[in-house]
Amino acid sequence: MTSPDRPTLVVAPNRSFLERMRAVWQYRELLVGLVRKELKVKYKDSSLGFLWSMLNPAMYLAVFYVVFEVILGSGIPYFVIYLLSGLLAWNFFNGSVTGATGSVVGNGSLVNKVYFPREILPLSTVGAGVVHFLLQNLVLLAALVVFRYGVDLDYLWLALPALAVLLVLTAALGILFAALNVYLRDLQHLLELAMLAWFWLTPIVYPWQLPADQLGARGMSSSLTFLNPMVSIVTTLQRGVYGTASYLDPAGTRVWVLPDGSSLWYLRNLAIVGAFACALFVLAVRVFGRLESNFAEEL
Amino acid sequence: MSTPAIEVRGVSKRFRINQDRQSSLKERLVHLGRPKRGYKDFWALQDIDLDVKDGETVGLLGHNGSGKSTLLKCVGGILTPTTGEIRVRGRVASLLELGAGFHPDLTGRENVFLNASILGLPRRDIEKRFDEIVAFAELEAFIDEQVKHYSSGMYIRLGFAVAINVEPDVLLVDEVLAVGDEAFQQKCLARVRDFQREGRTIMFVSHAADLMRRICDRIMVLERGVPLTTADPETAILTFREHLLGDRLPEGAVLEHGHVVTKDVRLSDVQIRGTGDHGGTHLKPDEPLRIHVRYETDGPVEDVAIALAIYDAQDVLVYSCNSDVIGQPIERLEGSGWLTFQLDPVLVDNTYTVAVGAHSHDVLTEYDYLRGPRFQVVGGGGVVGIANLRPKITRAGPD
Repeated sequence: MTSPDRPTLVVAPNRSFLERMRAVWQYRELLVGLVRKELKVKYKDSSLGFLWSMLNPAMYLAVFYVVFEVILGSGIPYFVIYLLSGLLAWNFFNGSVTGATGSVVGNGSLVNKVYFPREILPLSTVGAGVVHFLLQNLVLLAALVVFRYGVDLDYLWLALPALAVLLVLTAALGILFAALNVYLRDLQHLLELAMLAWFWLTPIVYPWQLPADQLGARGMSSSLTFLNPMVSIVTTLQRGVYGTASYLDPAGTRVWVLPDGSSLWYLRNLAIVGAFACALFVLAVRVFGRLESNFAEEL
Repeated sequence: MSTPAIEVRGVSKRFRINQDRQSSLKERLVHLGRPKRGYKDFWALQDIDLDVKDGETVGLLGHNGSGKSTLLKCVGGILTPTTGEIRVRGRVASLLELGAGFHPDLTGRENVFLNASILGLPRRDIEKRFDEIVAFAELEAFIDEQVKHYSSGMYIRLGFAVAINVEPDVLLVDEVLAVGDEAFQQKCLARVRDFQREGRTIMFVSHAADLMRRICDRIMVLERGVPLTTADPETAILTFREHLLGDRLPEGAVLEHGHVVTKDVRLSDVQIRGTGDHGGTHLKPDEPLRIHVRYETDGPVEDVAIALAIYDAQDVLVYSCNSDVIGQPIERLEGSGWLTFQLDPVLVDNTYTVAVGAHSHDVLTEYDYLRGPRFQVVGGGGVVGIANLRPKITRAGPD
């Protein structure tokens, strides 16, 4: 019976960050299994199944197009591409963080009965979000093909580090809120409102230049916009996929859509947010560990 | 001996009971600034140390609220101790979470995979054992149905089939033998015995001392979160009974052999006689037998009942009764003499152990207990089981 490589379960308060992460790694198969479950359950009884994943951004796209292009006349060329390159990432962020927040409470019966690293619960919601995100990107891909849009390869690679940072930030907030929500159940409702505000404070349907100009007109630096970590991520994605930083309007004036920076400038922005996201992740896991010891009693 | 399978080091667990819990944000905001109202600390476990060796079966014995289930949950990682550390080597499974995590919308097949991975079984191992699990649960025809269409029996069967096929190194059993129907309890118990034979480590929680005596190698007795003793079953159960009955120990009574013995009634001898030709302890099937019990008293005792139990060679209780429950109460015992149980058993080929006891009518005071003499039933020609139901076959026809 005794095999030297038997996994050891350590149950103790205040386990270190690395110990917690190692436990999650040991249970990676469960993580995959729960992601699979989440996807299956979501589309089990719907006839369109995974198509819903793609219909959702397509619908957003249609509404925003009508409102911003047709009614408000924003003038951004290839608005569809611009919108999608930020919107899909936002959908992933919003859906995953909101879903992860309810994940521990929603799986109370499991938490009360079986051991597994509890971080797996919010992480599996984020994992399912990744799958949805990849599917939704088919809509973006279709748009690129339909418009025969030329992607600037010099900037496209920026999308990868941007998505990596986004993933860490999403996981960090998901883990943090999942634990807090056990004790403060209204967090879920509060979060919905906060996310709505956050969405409109992030340049996804409008160009970054608009808030930057407003700040400039009040004698403030436009870099204040980057206090919102999602701005760095979204603008980098837009720079990578949409590419165009500025265009000439019909009157001949140059209008800036995205910050006029080199790829290194964007990368630096990302690095700052990335460092913040990593620190937040460590903090989130530690807070989660502190609160976890009473999960079974609170649920 | 290598490192123990389970190491419990200085484990304490505090439950904080808030007098008024403010779990919604609104309530917290409303109460913001007011001094925090009181909460009560309750130590469910205090400074527990325990080593469980590989292949050992250790029981946790105690009353409700003694902390035994809390300790088991800590060992299982479901609760985190407030202080101290627990190390469990190997895969842990528990017969308490049957079907935990089954999702009603998923099929039986999908749930088997999910449930097994929750219990820590790698996917390739599940694939290997999948057919076995389904066969054990007898659900071949329904395995691709959604679990929400299952009956509760099917649900439990599937959960149990997964749990026992996870092949845990460490098995945690919490009162599971006290729930479910009898067949299910027997199935669980048989499975626990299998696990013991296979050298797996078992941690077992119960307040049923007799069951513990039969299953455990060692027992830890807990009382209000404090360990009273960790010892062999006899000694531990003695301690448990001392504390159970210690408060109402009658004047002059002593504690002995695991029981509160007032010595008012002593059982000094048990003799078994078949009524057949040789009159010994080798019986033919269907042969009536007499069990003679020698009693001794110092004075007249009126609050007394004599109990009899018969176990087979597998330690399965075949029969148990006492003079009260069979409607033949003993008026009083005085001096010394013999009591005789005359039995007309229907047994099969096996060796049987007899135990007798004397206790008060309410069973709270035990005067004496004696276990040991055996008898054998020989013959019967291929009839097996625990009881001979003596069938008669009749037939009608051909029509």
